[in-house]
Amino acid sequence: MARKKKEGSGLNIPDAPFRPGEEAIFETWSWKPGDLERPDPTKCTAEDTVPHAQGLVRVLGDNDKASGAWNPKLNADELREGLEHMVRLRIFDDRMMKMQRTGKLSFYMRSFGEECVAIAQTMALETQDWIFPSYRQPGAQFVRGRDMVSMICHCLGNVEDNIKGRQMPVHYSYRDGRFISISSPVGTQFSQAVGVAMASQYKKLDEVTITWIGDGASAEGDYHYALNFASIFKAPVILNVVNNQWAISTHANFATASGEFATRGLPYGLASIRVDGNDFLALYAVTKWARERAASGSGATHIEVLTYRAGAHSSSDDPSRYRSSDEHTKWPGGDPIERLRDHLIEIGEWSAKRQSGLEDRIDSEVMSAYKEAVKYGDLANGPYPEADTIFTEVYEEMPWHLKEQFDEVMEG
Amino acid sequence: MANMNMIQSLNNALDIMLERDDDVIVYGEDVGYFGGVFRTTDGLQAKHGAHRVFDSPLSEGGILATAFGMGINGLRPVVEIQFADYIFPAYDQIVNELAKIRHRSGGEYWSPVTVRTPAGGGIRGGHHHSQSPESQFTHTPGLKVVYCSTPYNAKGLLISAVECNDPVIFFEPKRCYRGPFYGDPHNVLTWEGHPEAEVPESHYTVPLGEARLVMEGGECTVIAWGAMVHVSEQAIRDSGVSCDLIDLQTLVPWDRDTVVNSIEKTGRCVIVHEAPKTSGFGAEMAASVQERCFYHLESPIQRVTGWDAPFPHTTEWDYMPGPTRIAAAIRKTQEG
Ligand SMILES: Cc1ncc(C[n+]2csc(CCOP(=O)(O)OP(=O)(O)O)c2C)c(N)n1
Ligand SMILES: [Mg+2]
Repeated sequence: MARKKKEGSGLNIPDAPFRPGEEAIFETWSWKPGDLERPDPTKCTAEDTVPHAQGLVRVLGDNDKASGAWNPKLNADELREGLEHMVRLRIFDDRMMKMQRTGKLSFYMRSFGEECVAIAQTMALETQDWIFPSYRQPGAQFVRGRDMVSMICHCLGNVEDNIKGRQMPVHYSYRDGRFISISSPVGTQFSQAVGVAMASQYKKLDEVTITWIGDGASAEGDYHYALNFASIFKAPVILNVVNNQWAISTHANFATASGEFATRGLPYGLASIRVDGNDFLALYAVTKWARERAASGSGATHIEVLTYRAGAHSSSDDPSRYRSSDEHTKWPGGDPIERLRDHLIEIGEWSAKRQSGLEDRIDSEVMSAYKEAVKYGDLANGPYPEADTIFTEVYEEMPWHLKEQFDEVMEG
Repeated sequence: MANMNMIQSLNNALDIMLERDDDVIVYGEDVGYFGGVFRTTDGLQAKHGAHRVFDSPLSEGGILATAFGMGINGLRPVVEIQFADYIFPAYDQIVNELAKIRHRSGGEYWSPVTVRTPAGGGIRGGHHHSQSPESQFTHTPGLKVVYCSTPYNAKGLLISAVECNDPVIFFEPKRCYRGPFYGDPHNVLTWEGHPEAEVPESHYTVPLGEARLVMEGGECTVIAWGAMVHVSEQAIRDSGVSCDLIDLQTLVPWDRDTVVNSIEKTGRCVIVHEAPKTSGFGAEMAASVQERCFYHLESPIQRVTGWDAPFPHTTEWDYMPGPTRIAAAIRKTQEG
């Protein structure tokens, strides 16, 4: 059969909005704080959240004031705590990246520009709730009280690394904080988190699980498994898509042709909300709402956290090769730390002087934690975990074939 | 002839195939505009157009499923899985679909997909940027499995893979992208000056199914693939034993004649791979060697492999086979 040809260019290939050498011009947001109602989380249906999925929940306005139905009305101490954790994460990240450059750790990934995400959201949870993160939510550990020295020891892969040098840096596991072990294959945690939540539900425990996936990784099957299972079993889970616009060099236009993520939850029957991911108050409020919904037995919430990956994907990446260099400074959502700081100043609870005092204090906190951690070794100089850590905990008990190999290494 | 590292020779192979055949189409995560996280497809989109070299959604299952479909509709997709560790979301599409389509349709349909994927350790990649999952594919009828080791064979094998009408899983030893690796992690080499980095700029093939005799000797046969070819070369020198070193290059179908002839000559055999021992492709080689060469063997076949444990980050040099372990195994074959 002869096959007829059509006119046209053939395959449709999307592109990123701005490439190197081009000026980044984002449309200004028409969404304002106060636009959206706050429905009753225990009663509302997925359909009731259509405006929230299509709009954007904001609390902090351009005037640095908090307003609207979603204002969580946190007190100044709580706001300062959030600010402190975000500053801690940024300074911590910068220090680790510097140390990566000197070879003390093999690899690093910063949360730059997205510090708010895990910090505001974890603060909105209860301590018994489970955290099932990707590599860009390490900040949750600060909220859960993890010792910074121990975090650095993991990144250095030294003898005090609680995961024994087995995984690359940033693949934290922190059981005391109910922060579940991070795995490199992207997206897997998203549907696993639904299972964690189903177990809580089965055991009738007052526990909620929160998890995150990137815009890029939302193209994996695991994303869709998660939404479907969560919806069918009404699992007490909070499903966040962190839309930071980029997946390494691949723009979010390759993850969805619709330009939206939040609305994808609606046809699954999930309450769905898009939130300004650099607005600490909005993110806190939406997460609190989702927790209340999950805990009440009304099921999962699907949240698009709208933000921007301000830094390189990782220490191996050079974004100047694929995106416009001024993009992150033009992001309409601004910088999450500056926005919360300016809000605190606006309400008379903070000052530029206190901010620089905070930064100095955290800087020395991070430096002294680093100095202590490096005493236990680093990647450039050792000492490293013993070779026996290769063989232990592969199984609960070491089978004979592995024991033979283990003996070979220990004797050799 | 030009001196090329493995990234450049692979890039050159893709360039040539895109030039020669309009049905060749290259895609995968970050391979389009950016040119791949290892830079293997650098410049190809600019040269051949975004409709032929493009970024895909972050979805290995989607990549393989669409490649399968394009393949049965007449295209010749060459897809990249960013790390071999991330091939598993596509495992069903490869094992149950791609591998079986020719057979299951009575020969009515086939899908000539090439799956390129960086594999193996030596870059401090930990559990999920280091694995060498070749045996998870050699165990699947219908797939050809290739593991290159030098700039020269990388290009020639990749062209053969793309031209092949069967699906090919093409492993690239990422530690050897920019230089050979002789087992000393602190000695970072380039391909400059290496004879196997002298690469013709034009089209040529290294046929699938043919091994490469890297060194010739009479006392032992060492069989390896990927980065372990170079590590074994070092080990042979260290051992002082005169060895044939066979770079298998294609694992399925492997080169029976080269292997059998060598072992009939040497009577001794060491098999080296990075992947864990249990059910590794070394087990297949060992079994086949004893089936075919039992009466020529003068000592037990030795395997030197990664341990039966996940690939570690900090302690990777205790995990990967190094010259010391391999040399010891070679010497052991000389006992008795
Ligand atoms: C299954 C799998 N495929 C590919 C990769 C390689 N990889 C690591 S991160 C990444 C991009 C992820 O982007 P996104 O999901 O948007 O998260 P972000 O990095 O922006 O936080 C890719 C492709 C991986 N880790 N796992
Ligand atoms: Mg992203």
